[in-house]
Amino acid sequence: MTEETGATPAGVPIEQPEKSGQEKYYVRFTLPQRYLHAVLFSSFLGLAATGLPMRFSDNWAAGHFAKAVGGFGAILFFHKFCAIILTLAFLFHLKDVATRAFIHKEKGMFWGPTSMVANWKDVQDIVGHIRWFLGLGPKPKFDRYAYWEKFDYWAVFWGMIVIGFSGYAMWFAPFFARFLPGWALNAVLVVHGEEALLAILFIFSIHFVNTHLRPGSFPMDMVIFSGKETEEEFKKKRTLEYERVAAEGKLKTREGDKPVYWWINFAKVVGFTAILIGLVLLVLTLIAYFGGA
Amino acid sequence: MAGPFFALFALVGKCRVLKGFPGEVDMPGVSAHRRTLSSALAAVLLVGAPFVLRAQTDCLSCHADKTLQDAAGHSVGVDADKFHGSMHGSLSCTDCHTSIKEYPHPDTVTPVKCVACHADQAKAIGGSIHDGVSANPCTSCHGDAHAIFPKDDPRSAVYPLNIPRTCGTCHANEALAKKYGLQNVYATYMDSIHGYAVSKEGLLVAANCMSCHGSHNILSHKDAKSTTSRMNIPNTCGTCHGGVKDEYLNGVHGKALVSGNEKVPVCSDCHTAHAILQPTDSTFRMQSTPICGSCHKDQLATYRDTFHSQLGLLGGYVETARCWDCHGAHGILPASDPASPVNKANLIKTCGRCHADANASFVQYQPHANPHNRKLNPALYYVRTFMNLLLWCTLSFFTLHTLLWFIRAKKEQDQARLAAEAKHD
Repeated sequence: MTEETGATPAGVPIEQPEKSGQEKYYVRFTLPQRYLHAVLFSSFLGLAATGLPMRFSDNWAAGHFAKAVGGFGAILFFHKFCAIILTLAFLFHLKDVATRAFIHKEKGMFWGPTSMVANWKDVQDIVGHIRWFLGLGPKPKFDRYAYWEKFDYWAVFWGMIVIGFSGYAMWFAPFFARFLPGWALNAVLVVHGEEALLAILFIFSIHFVNTHLRPGSFPMDMVIFSGKETEEEFKKKRTLEYERVAAEGKLKTREGDKPVYWWINFAKVVGFTAILIGLVLLVLTLIAYFGGA
Repeated sequence: MAGPFFALFALVGKCRVLKGFPGEVDMPGVSAHRRTLSSALAAVLLVGAPFVLRAQTDCLSCHADKTLQDAAGHSVGVDADKFHGSMHGSLSCTDCHTSIKEYPHPDTVTPVKCVACHADQAKAIGGSIHDGVSANPCTSCHGDAHAIFPKDDPRSAVYPLNIPRTCGTCHANEALAKKYGLQNVYATYMDSIHGYAVSKEGLLVAANCMSCHGSHNILSHKDAKSTTSRMNIPNTCGTCHGGVKDEYLNGVHGKALVSGNEKVPVCSDCHTAHAILQPTDSTFRMQSTPICGSCHKDQLATYRDTFHSQLGLLGGYVETARCWDCHGAHGILPASDPASPVNKANLIKTCGRCHADANASFVQYQPHANPHNRKLNPALYYVRTFMNLLLWCTLSFFTLHTLLWFIRAKKEQDQARLAAEAKHD
């Protein structure tokens, strides 16, 4: 997801009375972007929950899960269903990026401080961040998207292309066989399974901890659900962006309403459910992988 | 036929009817007679001399009373109508009960010996696994000695549809099964496709116990001459399944068996002996793959890695290719044989049975590819190696990265809290 210049406060349509001294909120994600994340993680959980039993089909838990939901037919149906949802979400995102870049001629989509594309500063940040981990230097200041956030984005991007292509190649094997060599039909299952395993392990451990469970964000970073963060968070987490927007005098345009309680509570229920499912799947995956099942 | 005397005989005859016949049926007639001594004496006195028994009617004048019992309480009554209609209905009682020639009966009565007429059968039983197992081997299977019918008569205990029940008298008996170390095969047979055909459809040609095991000459399957020995099973099953037998004998397994290799699968290895299922049954489809895999271990392992296996293992999709869907079942041929369904020339047709759009490129898919084998599947090997490398590098880097970050962030948070507390104080 790339920078949305001139974003309007979107999402929670409840007006809060302005009070002096009340904490200011700034918009980080637009409503469509938050929806995209919700669709992404819902369908990903569905794909993981149905894909893992196939990958580890001789595992004890896989058999019981399959039996409970109605066997392989049900699992594959749900897997394909989630795959279509995720494919549509991916295509929607591509269309969104293309529209903004080529039709609205938005600046900074593919290069610059607000772009998702990696640049030299990200390399410096990795080194600087690790030096800070080890107590060898100061904590780097990050812009709109930190390097690990960019990695998350591109990992998912690459993953969707690889897993998606190999998945459809299996789904429509005779069609794909018209232009793929024979061995590729064997390879797509290996690629699909391994890349999916990487995605599952990465999201359910690295992404969960980096984004939600680490001190500073624990137990969950709500910004992807509410779209907004406090001025303090903005300053602390995305210092360079805050400074740049402030220097441009555009802070006012980024201001948003304080998220309402019911929405935050609802998001917490959904978010924690997702994290819980993810952690359970992570444990089962590790057991199946190292259990040699 | 001395009518006046019949009434008297009715008072006396309390000799036990021979329940089993050949061999060692004991006849405690003496004590029985002692109990009714007075009435017997009365009869003798009246008649004046022993009465010579000549015809059935003579005996039946007493023994037709179905409630008649000997002293030990054994029934000695005979169902006259049934007996007349039975196989032996035209015989005289004394033809079998040879030691009873007159009334009153002698003190000791010798057991009936079926062997006198049925020498061949007696000999067969003598050499069989049932030798000495039963005190009354003939009646154990043929039932009531006075109601033996031809085996094609539905009243016969050895009528095809009655055989499972007859054999089941012992072979469904758990105590007996335990004693002889037998499996309780009756229940599994009755639930099998053969048992179903017999019990539900009344199919006379369906295999019953006798069809495979024989009757009087049943031998242990360990005996090379047994109809159920490994070498003979294809012939035994082939009695009915002739076409399948021919196919089997032309395939690699059949040829190996004929050449003396007993390790190759015979019919019962895949189909089991008693619990034979319809091959399209999901249980059968699932249970047979590991059977092939018990010898073809590598093939099973590589099959397990494929979608075909994963689908089946999770249930509900048993239609996916199992071993014999591609290789054939009975007449398995080497892939090099042009007649083999997995011969290159036949793959489009074989795969096409499930994959309607199978084309030349599609059938290059290797259902037993091994991503760990660089020699056999180089492309797959490198793809897998690359994917694994990607997985482990990414995860290793980020796990370390996250761990260090977590520790540092925690430290900083704690310091900030301490500082805040110090400020507060």
